[in-house]
Amino acid sequence: MTFRKYLVLAGITVFSTIGDSLLAHGMKQIGALSLDDVPGLLLAVLNPSVALGILLLLAFFASYMSALSWADLTYVLPATSISYVLVALIAYFRFHEAISPLRWLGIALITAGVGFVAAGPSLTRPHEHKVPASAVSQEADQ
Amino acid sequence: MNELYAWAAVLLITVAASTGDVLLSYSMKRVGHVGEIWETHGLLAVAKRILSTPTFFLGVGAMAVAFYSLLFGLSWGNLSLVVPASASLTFVANAIAARFFLHEHVDRRRWIAAILVAGGVILMAL
Repeated sequence: MTFRKYLVLAGITVFSTIGDSLLAHGMKQIGALSLDDVPGLLLAVLNPSVALGILLLLAFFASYMSALSWADLTYVLPATSISYVLVALIAYFRFHEAISPLRWLGIALITAGVGFVAAGPSLTRPHEHKVPASAVSQEADQ
Repeated sequence: MNELYAWAAVLLITVAASTGDVLLSYSMKRVGHVGEIWETHGLLAVAKRILSTPTFFLGVGAMAVAFYSLLFGLSWGNLSLVVPASASLTFVANAIAARFFLHEHVDRRRWIAAILVAGGVILMAL
C-alpha cells in the first residue's frame, strides 16, 4: 500500500461522509416525501445542500472506482466504513440527533471490524494469470 | 409508520447497492489499475476504458436505484440510522457476493469483520 492509495481510501471516507450529511441536511429542509411524489423527489436536487452533497458524492464515486481498480471489494468497503462512525458523529454534533449507548456500542463494533480488514492484504486475486505469486506477496507486505 | 418506510428503504438500498458494488468491482478489475493507466496513457484513456465496459453502466444503474432509495430513507428516518444500517448490511451482502461472484478470497479475518459490522448494525437499530 502506497501513500497515494491511502489518500484514495481517505478520500472515499471524507467525501461520502460530508456528502451524506449535506444530503440529509437538504432533505430535512424539504421535509418528508411520499412514494408517489416523483416530481418532488426529482426537484430535490435543486436544493443547494442536496446539489453540493451530490457533487461530493461524485468525488466519492471517482475515488471509489479508483480503489476498486487495485483492491478487493471486500477490502475497500470495510477499510472505508469508518465513514459510518463519522456520519454518526456529525449527526450527533451537527444535527443533534440522539445516539443511545447501544448505538455507540454498535459504532465501536463497526470500527473494530474495520480494523480487522485493514490489517490484511488489499488484493487476494490480483489478475493471477498475469502476476507471479512473489509479486503478490510483496504487494500485500507494502 | 415512518420507521417502517425507513427500514423498507434500507432493504432496497442494500439489494441495489450490493448488486451495483459487485458489478462495479468486476468492471474496474477488467479496466485495470486506474493510477497506472493514467500515468502511462493519460486520463482520457482511463475514461475510454471505463466507458467501453458495459457492466460499468449496469453497476451505475443499480447505484442510481440505491441513491434514490437513500433520498427517500433520509427524508423518513434519522441519518445515524439509515446510512450506517444500509451501508453495513450492504457490506455483509457484499462479502457473500464477492465470494461467489467475484471469487475473492474472503478469509476468516474478513468474515470476522463482516460479523462485527453486522453486530454493530443490529445494536444501532435497537
